Amino acid sequence: MVLEHIRNFSIIAHIDHGKSTIADRLLEFTGALSAREKQDQFLDKMDLERERGITIKAQTVRLNYRADDGKDYILNLIDTPGHVDFTYEVSRSLTACEGGLLVVDASQGVEAQTLANVYLALDANLEVFVVLNKIDLPAAEPDRVKAEIEEIIGLDTHDAVLASAKEGIGTKEILEEIVKKIPPPQGDPNKPLKALLFDSWYDQYQGVIILVRIVDGIVKKGDKIQLMSNRKSYEVLKAGVFSPDMREVPALTAGEVGFIIAGIREVADAKVGDTVTLLHNPCDAALPGYKEVKPMVFSGLYPIDTSQYESLRDALAKLKLNDSSFSYDPETSLALGFGFRCGFLGLLHMEIIQERLEREFNLELITTAPTVVYRVHGTDGNMIHIQSANQLPQTQEIAYVEEPFILASIHVPNEFVGGILALCEEKRGVQREIKYLTPTRVMVVYELPLNEVVLDFYDRLKSITKGYASLDYELLDYRQSELVRLNIMINGEVVDALSLIIHKDKAYYRGRELVSKMKELIPRQMFEIAIQAAVGTKVIARETVKAMRKDVLAKCYGGDITRKRKLLEKQKEGKKRMKNVGNVELPQEAFLAILKVEG
Amino acid sequence: MRAGLYIHFPFCLKKCLYCDFNSTAWSGDELSGYVELLLREMELRHEALAEPVQTPTLYFGGGTPSLMAPELVGRLIEQAALRFGLEGDAEVTLEANPGTLTPERLSGYRAAGVNRLSLGIQSFEERLLQRLGRAHTVPQALAAFDQARRAGFDNVSIDLMHSLPGQSLDDWRAALGQGIALAPEHVSAYALSVEEGTPFERLYDRGELILPGEEEAARMFETTAELLTGAGYLHYEISNFGRPGRFSRHNQSYWSRLSYLGFGSGAHSFWNPDGLGRRWNNAADLDDYRAAITAHLLPEREPVELSLEDAVSESFFLGLRVLTGLELSPLKAAFGEEALAGRLAQVDELLRAGLLVADGERIRLADRSVIIANSIFSRFL
Repeated sequence: MVLEHIRNFSIIAHIDHGKSTIADRLLEFTGALSAREKQDQFLDKMDLERERGITIKAQTVRLNYRADDGKDYILNLIDTPGHVDFTYEVSRSLTACEGGLLVVDASQGVEAQTLANVYLALDANLEVFVVLNKIDLPAAEPDRVKAEIEEIIGLDTHDAVLASAKEGIGTKEILEEIVKKIPPPQGDPNKPLKALLFDSWYDQYQGVIILVRIVDGIVKKGDKIQLMSNRKSYEVLKAGVFSPDMREVPALTAGEVGFIIAGIREVADAKVGDTVTLLHNPCDAALPGYKEVKPMVFSGLYPIDTSQYESLRDALAKLKLNDSSFSYDPETSLALGFGFRCGFLGLLHMEIIQERLEREFNLELITTAPTVVYRVHGTDGNMIHIQSANQLPQTQEIAYVEEPFILASIHVPNEFVGGILALCEEKRGVQREIKYLTPTRVMVVYELPLNEVVLDFYDRLKSITKGYASLDYELLDYRQSELVRLNIMINGEVVDALSLIIHKDKAYYRGRELVSKMKELIPRQMFEIAIQAAVGTKVIARETVKAMRKDVLAKCYGGDITRKRKLLEKQKEGKKRMKNVGNVELPQEAFLAILKVEG
Repeated sequence: MRAGLYIHFPFCLKKCLYCDFNSTAWSGDELSGYVELLLREMELRHEALAEPVQTPTLYFGGGTPSLMAPELVGRLIEQAALRFGLEGDAEVTLEANPGTLTPERLSGYRAAGVNRLSLGIQSFEERLLQRLGRAHTVPQALAAFDQARRAGFDNVSIDLMHSLPGQSLDDWRAALGQGIALAPEHVSAYALSVEEGTPFERLYDRGELILPGEEEAARMFETTAELLTGAGYLHYEISNFGRPGRFSRHNQSYWSRLSYLGFGSGAHSFWNPDGLGRRWNNAADLDDYRAAITAHLLPEREPVELSLEDAVSESFFLGLRVLTGLELSPLKAAFGEEALAGRLAQVDELLRAGLLVADGERIRLADRSVIIANSIFSRFL
């Protein structure tokens, strides 16, 4: 297939704006799904796949389409994940495309989730055209939404496709626009193989499957390939495409998108962004943009029921098989017992892993507040990395501590700039730049300490901007800071799992807010509970949860003991989700109370 | 085998707004037919029992059993005596709605063998009775108490409710004062609770039923104990107060896991020949109940054979309701130390925390624990 007849594209959409349905219609229209299979099957299957193990994975599907110009085209749909923690992964998937469809709900308009990915697509020089979906709904306002897209994103909408994926309206127009608007890939099949690895996952039967975009050259079964970041080499066992099921092809050629199976054992060896080349005929240089992805946010995961420790360990091992960006190491807490210190790309990644552990593996977990990696320089001249407050050495052994700073770019409508600046200043940020992208759209760039960002930055950002801000960040450097350990004591005992490392200037305020939030979260119990915050031995705040006042059943009618038992059992069931620390039952949320503290 | 008897009468003049009990508004003609069914059920139970029964207590509950004419009550008492060996000094209690009583009826009940009356007074304020949807008035309640005395009832209990919508702590103090002034032998005082499926639940969910807050309700509870014990009543069970020797013998059998046989639709039974015991309830639906009896079948539903674990946990969460305390040695003898180990450790922890009090061989709820008894009981499940 000549490059002229290939189009590589992705669909960018806010959740519920119809990405799955549009993809289904494209598949049906091009015959990739037969009429028999036609019940929203393709993306339902994908969603299920996501829930089962590849939540943050890209997907591809090859469509064959004869356009109005009479020529046959291959259209490769590259479905990207969409998440700020996976910005890097998304950017690699987008690099594999030449264009994208921005799908916007014609009644709801532009929403924040879309923006970050649109900007990534524009940054990657993708040709983006607009599809207004759900045009059949009475509430559809295509003109208003078009104006909004022009104003907020700055995309030309005068020839936007009006579609209703549900009704099958506009499907052909979308396919025609893909052919017309999106440029064909460039690349030289005669050059040595140079392919972008843009995702990988583990299949228990076939080992690691990698998704690649061939930039130059050709790859086929039997070739000896090499991954340029780690110099590991493998023999290609299968090369193929998804159409939509896995199908082997004789070769993948420059400009094409497909999969390679090459006996790679671990996803950790098949890193997103890596360049695939031939062992004996390597390309001149790796593709730009490759990054080693490392966990940036850590938190402790503990089973509420200590007997679930082994199950938690097995579950973490299973998740790790498919997600090399996440790490876990055993950790012990006096308050919570045996658990794991886990590393994540960011807060959302953390939430996803946590939710999957609870849902797919039926575990009930306590998560401790997220923290970042600090560098502690000892008085003895040694430097250690720590990922939790409990690893912080004694004060007299510390010369100084460094914390990670990020460079955060926030895109926001101009009316919210004031709020964003106030937030960044409050979070100890250092302003780098304020840039008007359009008269109404602003990019605010700040250097921010990551430890402030992992606490409640996203939530604050969202509420300040009504969801219209998008955030992108990269790790900048480590800087010396005056950091202290804030301890929380329950009835006089330090609860290690609640300890935090925070900036000295914030300790007093945070401590006070934290104990007051904990007071709200801890239900009244049979005893009075004292909650204190302390820096070192100095108590800086105290709150009391008064003893429960009344918890008693009315009289028992006619000897109905069974009902009494049921009522008591229901009550006991409610307590199961709590962790007994000392003699106090702490609900799960109490361990994350710091996230609900502003400031 | 000794066993208390409970006879359920599921009809009321009208259904109270807070009631989730097995009762329906009354349509008079069903009444005598229902009593026939009760008599036949007692017959059936008698035939089914492998051993004779001695009955120390008989309790007519409802619903409103005082809707039954004295002669019907008399026939049931006779049947109890005939089939279940009602003891000569047995406690025979009739729950009565003040609105259903007359001097003649009261004398009739007394003559028929009822020797304890439980009067559902609930409140001494007309507005609160109306709010509850009760079928009686304050003057009726006062008259009924007086008439009961005249009819010869020397063992009368009154029911009073607190934590009612629109009721203040002072209102409740006043109610307790009026209750004490009547000088009943026994007082049951309990908080209103909003139960599933009742009109009160619907009102509550819509925000149209404003109840006293936790603190206020707690203080009402504390005030109850304070005023009644001050007036010479003993606080012998969480919601029950009695003059010495005038505790409800029947209700105490529930807490001490003695056997009781229930008759009538929805009645609960417990048969405990072996220390573990079996619980069941009768068909709650009247048609279902009638069909079973007509077919000469016992209307038993949802029977549960208690495990050792069940029996042990019941012994604690029921036994601790009795404020004079729970004796541990009989439990150790009955179940073995091993089966009790977890609970005994729990007891130790609660004793250390001051939530339970040891009184020689007995343990009991500390004064401050009574009001949070559920939290303590749930630890014994």
